Amino acid sequence: MTGPRTRAVRRPRYPVTREIDEQTGLGEAYMRSLLRTQLRLALGLCLVLAAVVIGLPLLFVLAPEVREQELLGLPLPWVVLGGLIYPWFVGCGWWYVRQAERNEDDFADLVDRTPAFNDPPTPGDMPTPGDVLATGDVPVPGDVPVPGDMPASGDAPASGDVPVPGDAPVAGDMPASGDASAGRP
Amino acid sequence: MNAAYGLAGVLLVVVATILIGVLGRISRTTSDFYVASRTVTPLRNASAIGGEYLSAASFLGIAGLILAYGADMLWLPVGWTGGYLVLLVLVSAPLRRSGAYTLPDFAEARLESMSVRRVASILVVLISWLYLLPQFQSAGLVLRTVTGWPVWTGGVLVAVVVAVNVLVGGMRSVTLVQAFQYWMKLTALAVPLIFLLLAWRYDGAPGLSGDTPPRFADRTTVSVGLAVTVDVATPVQVVVDGRVDGQPYKAAPVTLTLGSHHIAQNTSVTFPAGADVPHVTGRPVTTDHEWAMPLDGRPHSLYATYSLILATFLGTMGLPHVLVRFYTNPDGRAARRTTVMVLSLLGAFYLLPAVYGALGRLYTPELLMTGRADAVVLTLPGRLIGGAGGDLLGALVTGGAVAAFLSTSSGITVSVAGVIAQDILRGGVRSFRAGTLLALVVPLTLAITARSLPVADVVGLAFAVAASTFCPLLVLGVWWRRLTVPGALAGLATGGVLAGTAVIVTIAAGPPGGLIGALLAEPAAWTVPVAFATMIVVSWCTPGRVPPGVARMMVRLHTPESLAVDRGTWRPKRV
Repeated sequence: MTGPRTRAVRRPRYPVTREIDEQTGLGEAYMRSLLRTQLRLALGLCLVLAAVVIGLPLLFVLAPEVREQELLGLPLPWVVLGGLIYPWFVGCGWWYVRQAERNEDDFADLVDRTPAFNDPPTPGDMPTPGDVLATGDVPVPGDVPVPGDMPASGDAPASGDVPVPGDAPVAGDMPASGDASAGRP
Repeated sequence: MNAAYGLAGVLLVVVATILIGVLGRISRTTSDFYVASRTVTPLRNASAIGGEYLSAASFLGIAGLILAYGADMLWLPVGWTGGYLVLLVLVSAPLRRSGAYTLPDFAEARLESMSVRRVASILVVLISWLYLLPQFQSAGLVLRTVTGWPVWTGGVLVAVVVAVNVLVGGMRSVTLVQAFQYWMKLTALAVPLIFLLLAWRYDGAPGLSGDTPPRFADRTTVSVGLAVTVDVATPVQVVVDGRVDGQPYKAAPVTLTLGSHHIAQNTSVTFPAGADVPHVTGRPVTTDHEWAMPLDGRPHSLYATYSLILATFLGTMGLPHVLVRFYTNPDGRAARRTTVMVLSLLGAFYLLPAVYGALGRLYTPELLMTGRADAVVLTLPGRLIGGAGGDLLGALVTGGAVAAFLSTSSGITVSVAGVIAQDILRGGVRSFRAGTLLALVVPLTLAITARSLPVADVVGLAFAVAASTFCPLLVLGVWWRRLTVPGALAGLATGGVLAGTAVIVTIAAGPPGGLIGALLAEPAAWTVPVAFATMIVVSWCTPGRVPPGVARMMVRLHTPESLAVDRGTWRPKRV
């Protein structure tokens, strides 16, 4: 029973939106994780897109017999570039919108919750942004949040880093949010 | 084509455009002058984006380039659609959430720097001029094809209609007009195509897989409107009425020997059936099979293809008239959903031009000789379907082409006039009017004086400049906190100067031959990476110049509107 009480002490008593507004370390960590999740989704889709549009000319050069193939009585390049690629674009766009909105909903759920009253999590299993947001995410292997791996969380906001997949924020960043409260007005 | 029908098509679209513009004005309030109020429904907004985006390059240019160069040009519409996918994924919602009307607004909001704003403004104006120039030139081509009027009249007509519409209605009327024009353009291309395909079936559905260069199927009289120099690959006996190589002929037989020949304007040349079609000097002659295969028949075609892909996929987000459309969405999510709808609308439209290009190769090969491949969409209905039916369909495609110039030119003019008014002049409605005139007069003058270029090529160059400047600014600005003011300035300047130089050389002198020529004609493959690298490296070197409000800006760009968080107080200035 000591667990939840400890939490209540460590956890701020007001919503995360205020942490974000005041740019505390915790608020910044939430924002970074949102950005990282969305960027990972975007880059994932861009990579797939790049693989297709860079791959097709390469395929036509390296395997000239492929472009001679016929589909529906037309040369394959015409069928793909003149027709099939467009519905594929729309499908990609539609999928992206669903994923991006899900990420945002997860973030909004996480942030809107008033931490002091809503289902206090068990100790050691705090809902970090990384955990929750990862549900709507392109799965990347090795993307497990590592405790204590949060160098930037206490920094000034200006010190943003390139969001690189893999350096996720983390269960261990809570003490830092206390430090950063010094920056509050 | 029957001039009366064609002219009727032109007039109908012009009158409809002005009418809708004026009617749209009735419901507007003063604050809507610049950006339509946000009551625009998603489908109308998506139609408006599509209508504004599908320019003369899409309506006429793609088919012309496919006729001339074949399968490699299929990448052009693919890139112009894929560009919206990249835009959707990387910047659409954040751009809407930024609250910026224009690219300079975004630059100012994100980097908190007036100098970045000014550089962005200059680039917006240059890109717009580059985009408007071919619109006016193709307007001249259309009017000349339809009525035989001098080339400059088309450009002037479009400029005047756009000026009236923008000055009278502002953005809301433009939104209505654009939405109407997307459907107009789709209809104008789709309906004649049905009849063309039926005529082609009736003709025995000939294919394009032979190992011969394009030939005249029947005895054909080619009317050369504007003087042209052609390369003759196989000597041929023709009948000339006019001047060839400076020599006047009056319906006299002439043997065109191997080599290049100059054909003066208003000369008609009659070729016998089965003769090879001479090509405009500099245009490679390919067999039908080479034409139908990608990466065949052009030097450095792999480089050119990749460069084209890069320019179109990344350039779309940096076009001046694209961003302002996102402001008419109520929030970031609506911006995303609208963009997906735009993808569908563009995809549907871009299925059509390639078919025109292929049919043109079969039925209007003389356009390869007159160098007017951009006219293929206008010429085909009259060629394949004779009589009043052909004339009516011809009038329909002509109307669609006019819709294409009007919509794109209006959209660009609204955006660039706002930028000129706010950042170069003093602001206010009077400056907006002056900006409108300035936005139109410069490219109009250029269009009349500069040599004529394939419309899609020039638009492609505008994409290359946008991809080398605004794409790095937007992508890094939205996703990278460490972007600094000097980094942004250095990247914009480097990308702008490199791509701009390539554009000026290509337009003024024509690209030189060989690899250098390919690098200049399709600059994106090297200018985009250089611009990105400059922006990143200079930002790394100047870590102290990160804008102080970057954290707040990131909250603004990325958090859903449903959350009550502090998004800062920045608001774009209104004209």
